[in-house]
Amino acid sequence: MVELWIDLILGVGIPLVLLVLGFVVGSWAERRHFRRLIENEEKLRGIMGFAIRRAPRDLDLAAPKLVTGSAVISVDYFKRFAAGLRHLIGGRVGAYESLFERARREAVVRMKEEARAHGADMILNIKFETVRIFGRQRGGILSVEALAYGTAYRTGHAGPQIPQS
Amino acid sequence: MIISNMEEIPGKPVLRHLGVVQGSTVQTKNLFRDFGAGLKNLIGGELKSYTALMNEARHEAVNRMTREAVAIGANAVVNVRFATSTITGGAAEILAYGTAVVIEGGADG
Repeated sequence: MVELWIDLILGVGIPLVLLVLGFVVGSWAERRHFRRLIENEEKLRGIMGFAIRRAPRDLDLAAPKLVTGSAVISVDYFKRFAAGLRHLIGGRVGAYESLFERARREAVVRMKEEARAHGADMILNIKFETVRIFGRQRGGILSVEALAYGTAYRTGHAGPQIPQS
Repeated sequence: MIISNMEEIPGKPVLRHLGVVQGSTVQTKNLFRDFGAGLKNLIGGELKSYTALMNEARHEAVNRMTREAVAIGANAVVNVRFATSTITGGAAEILAYGTAVVIEGGADG
């Protein structure tokens, strides 16, 4: 009888506690991260980012510099469980979607911070790359790295000329 | 030295193309740093030590690429791209590559 209880606690109780812990702490951390992202994105609004390959002719662009930003975000216990369930029936894995979004937006914020430190106010040719690093082999942690990079410029105030009427 | 991922540097025409230059590093996670990351397995969130590791690696890759470009007499590298591949055993290769060029007006500014 005692052995049954021990088995039950080890087999069901501990995973259940981990699930609840993962869910509560994980989603709290995620909400906090999203709030911080919105704040930082607001602060960096002055640095414009474009995914264009060629520099517009009417802009005076100086001091080109390659800027990068990256973030590695790992999944929590609950998300992994939820994704495992989803795996059975297929379809959209919402639990992982927010993971990628957080990593990518954080990467953009960091890239823009590097650009600002350089005194730049525009980033052109922004590219994204996503890497699943250090997978699950050897007890590694399932995590994704998002990388954002582009070329930062200081724009002259010559800018596009507005014709005087 | 100008490093850019655009095809051209605005206002500085390319005088000569010197071909592809590249730099890469292979990194593996640090077991001791990984210790704290174990908790993240449970509650999720950013793995700051991994982010730092990847950033260091990427910097080193760009540095190696830049050194190669300098060695062949370039003053800029354009069209820079990054590629990352994970190889078994928890190691990742980070590659930076681009086209070494000589541009008008030197590298200043």
